[in-house]
Amino acid sequence: MTTTTLAVLVPLLPFLGAAAGLLLGRTAPGFVRPLAVLPTLTSLVLAALLAVRQGGDRALNAATELTPTGSVPIELALHIDGFAALVAVLVGLVATCVQIYSTGYLRDDPRYPSYAALVSLFTSAMLLVVYSGDLMVLLVGWEIMGICSYFLVGHYWETPEARAASLKAFLVTKLGDVPFLIGLFALATDAGSFRITKVLGTVANGGLDHPTLIALLLLAGVAGKSAQFPLHTWLPDAMAGPTPVSALIHAATMVAAGVYFVARLLPVFEASQAAMVVLAVTAAVTMAGSALAALAQDDIKRVLAYSTIGQLGYMTGALAVADRGAAVFHLLSHGAFKALLFLAAGVIIHAAGTNSLATMSRMGHLRARVPDAYWTMTVALLALAAIPPFSGFFSKESVLGAAEHVATGHTEHAPGAAGWLVLVVGLLTALLTAAYAMRLWLLAFRGRGAEAPDHGRQPLPMTVVLWVLAVPSLAVGALAYRVLPDWFGGRDLAPTLTTSVLGTGVALVGGLVTYAAWRHSTALAARVPPPLSASLERGHPHGAVAAHPEGDAGRVEAEAIASHAPAYGDLAQAPDPSDPGRLLLGPLHRHAAVGFHLDAVYSALFVRPVRAGADLVRFLDREVVDTYVRGAGALPRWLGTAVRRAQTGNVQTYVSALLAGTVVLAVAAVLVATGA
Amino acid sequence: MHLAYPAVLSALLFCTGLYGVLARRNAILVLMSVELMLNAVNLNLVAFDVWLSRTAEETLHSGQALTLFTIAIAAAEIGIGLAIVLAVHRNRGTADIDKLRDTAEGHETDAPAAETGAEKAEATA
Repeated sequence: MTTTTLAVLVPLLPFLGAAAGLLLGRTAPGFVRPLAVLPTLTSLVLAALLAVRQGGDRALNAATELTPTGSVPIELALHIDGFAALVAVLVGLVATCVQIYSTGYLRDDPRYPSYAALVSLFTSAMLLVVYSGDLMVLLVGWEIMGICSYFLVGHYWETPEARAASLKAFLVTKLGDVPFLIGLFALATDAGSFRITKVLGTVANGGLDHPTLIALLLLAGVAGKSAQFPLHTWLPDAMAGPTPVSALIHAATMVAAGVYFVARLLPVFEASQAAMVVLAVTAAVTMAGSALAALAQDDIKRVLAYSTIGQLGYMTGALAVADRGAAVFHLLSHGAFKALLFLAAGVIIHAAGTNSLATMSRMGHLRARVPDAYWTMTVALLALAAIPPFSGFFSKESVLGAAEHVATGHTEHAPGAAGWLVLVVGLLTALLTAAYAMRLWLLAFRGRGAEAPDHGRQPLPMTVVLWVLAVPSLAVGALAYRVLPDWFGGRDLAPTLTTSVLGTGVALVGGLVTYAAWRHSTALAARVPPPLSASLERGHPHGAVAAHPEGDAGRVEAEAIASHAPAYGDLAQAPDPSDPGRLLLGPLHRHAAVGFHLDAVYSALFVRPVRAGADLVRFLDREVVDTYVRGAGALPRWLGTAVRRAQTGNVQTYVSALLAGTVVLAVAAVLVATGA
Repeated sequence: MHLAYPAVLSALLFCTGLYGVLARRNAILVLMSVELMLNAVNLNLVAFDVWLSRTAEETLHSGQALTLFTIAIAAAEIGIGLAIVLAVHRNRGTADIDKLRDTAEGHETDAPAAETGAEKAEATA
């Protein structure tokens, strides 16, 4: 098999799997699981084979034109360099793990066939984005991912949260995609082609006429897809979807597509200093804000969602300092450990029957119920907090190192201000990241109180993949930073001494401060009566727990999400004074829990004007336009009423009228005939 | 015989029939008046046919042939008419066309309901 055939097969196999799954889902349910897992697994093997063959050498380019499309040709093109080959392996790995995990997680779900097919379709679209060498073809995959995300977030469409979240995810990402499309057109007009190689060639020759405009338009789409400020608000709400979907789409792959896109076209963005500064500011605001918000969330998946936003902020920060090697390195390691975190969180939610950290912190021995999730999640949280020697340490240090490199003025690719901004906010975020990772671990696994309910062992497919994903989080980082520069052809990714010491130091400080706060607040909570009286009165002994804890994991999760707002009055937070996040954030907690009121701002700025406009249009249609229509009908109606009065029902009256008419006509005819 | 006599006679007949159609209340008498009007026309046809064929060398007497047609059709018409009147009389208990105003504008269909009520009363009695 030639390398090109391999590369075509990688996105094609999951697509065929998805088509077959959708067609056969109802008629042959026995084939659904093999059809979900096997094409994705084959894809992973082929992608790995392709990565070995490509080996970080010269990029592989192939193109074929299906049909002439006018002035700027659209071609089915492949452009596979080291970035594409490695990201495809990550996508294949996470997608395979998620498919295997889903067979256990949605074991009894009646909609599993369509779910599995959509996950396959999503995988195929992501692989298309990764391999595509043509921006239009890339956009096709980009939009398919958007619609798959919409369907999968709304998988539990019986709950209003899921319906609202899926619509929000779709609309917010589309808000970014419209400028993105215009930006692509502008870029192709300047470059004369949609091919990435030609675009990069044009940029290298300085052929872009409006680099700032193009870069900012493209950044809007990237911010929407990669959940960067100010278009990040859909991602925390998207946690209303099933956990495997959160792991695949909203942690490891789709949200990474925006970062990957910028990494591919980095020279386009480098052509505009303004765009790089905007990217740096976006990254800084996103990192710091999301880390603070993560510290205040009560839903375990929302903590992880804000953490995803923050880690994507690190990646955009690395791009803002023009180091795509560091960005993609962090993308790879983050993809692995964040998928692991989500999948482990799914196991915990299943075992505890709740997604609320406040409720989990009142359950004893939860970690004994789910030992696999406990150990793997500990590894992943250490990686997230960037503690050496876990993989997150090396990738985060490469980002901070790149920022320091720019800040100290060693490069002309990016402005020094961007470097300082990313470095300082990056260090601050490292502190906060360690704090919320520690908080999550303490609340989930160090809870005290009634013993956690025992629902037996977790299904095997759900625990095995945790260990599979734990391997890259544990060991690969130290290996990768030596090997990856060959693939990326960029700067050395080894951690520098200054940033390593600083980064690890602030992470340790964050973790220890949180631990101290936790000790203090739990001691406080032991003295004052438990705060959950409100939920106790409503008959929830533990707060928000699922109604059918013995069901399959998907059902438990859907019920847990649905019960959170009734038990605590809010989706995101719980009134829990023993929460160390409350002590650490102080008065900021209230604002951080609702994402710094950004949803309320959007509601005031966009939702209400649109609704008011809709009301106005409705008024104009109902009251103004319809009045004319009714007025035009009035005269015929009156005439009709008048004529109807002649209908007396008496036949003799009719005959009399007939006779009178005949006489009149006859007289008229006689008068005309005689010429009088 | 001059044409004026049958013409005047037929005009008188027609006017009598027209008066009957417009003024009588009983449906059977209205039908009889219609017959009068038809026969006035028949008389006219025959009279004019004879008067016109006096000068013609050859004639088909189409006026008289048409009269035969009219008589046949009038027979059929009166048969159907009488059958309808009979049915209405059986159904409503009257042949007074002033009381048969079901097609009037704003006519309420409570009359049949009242009748069925009356029938029920009769049945119980």
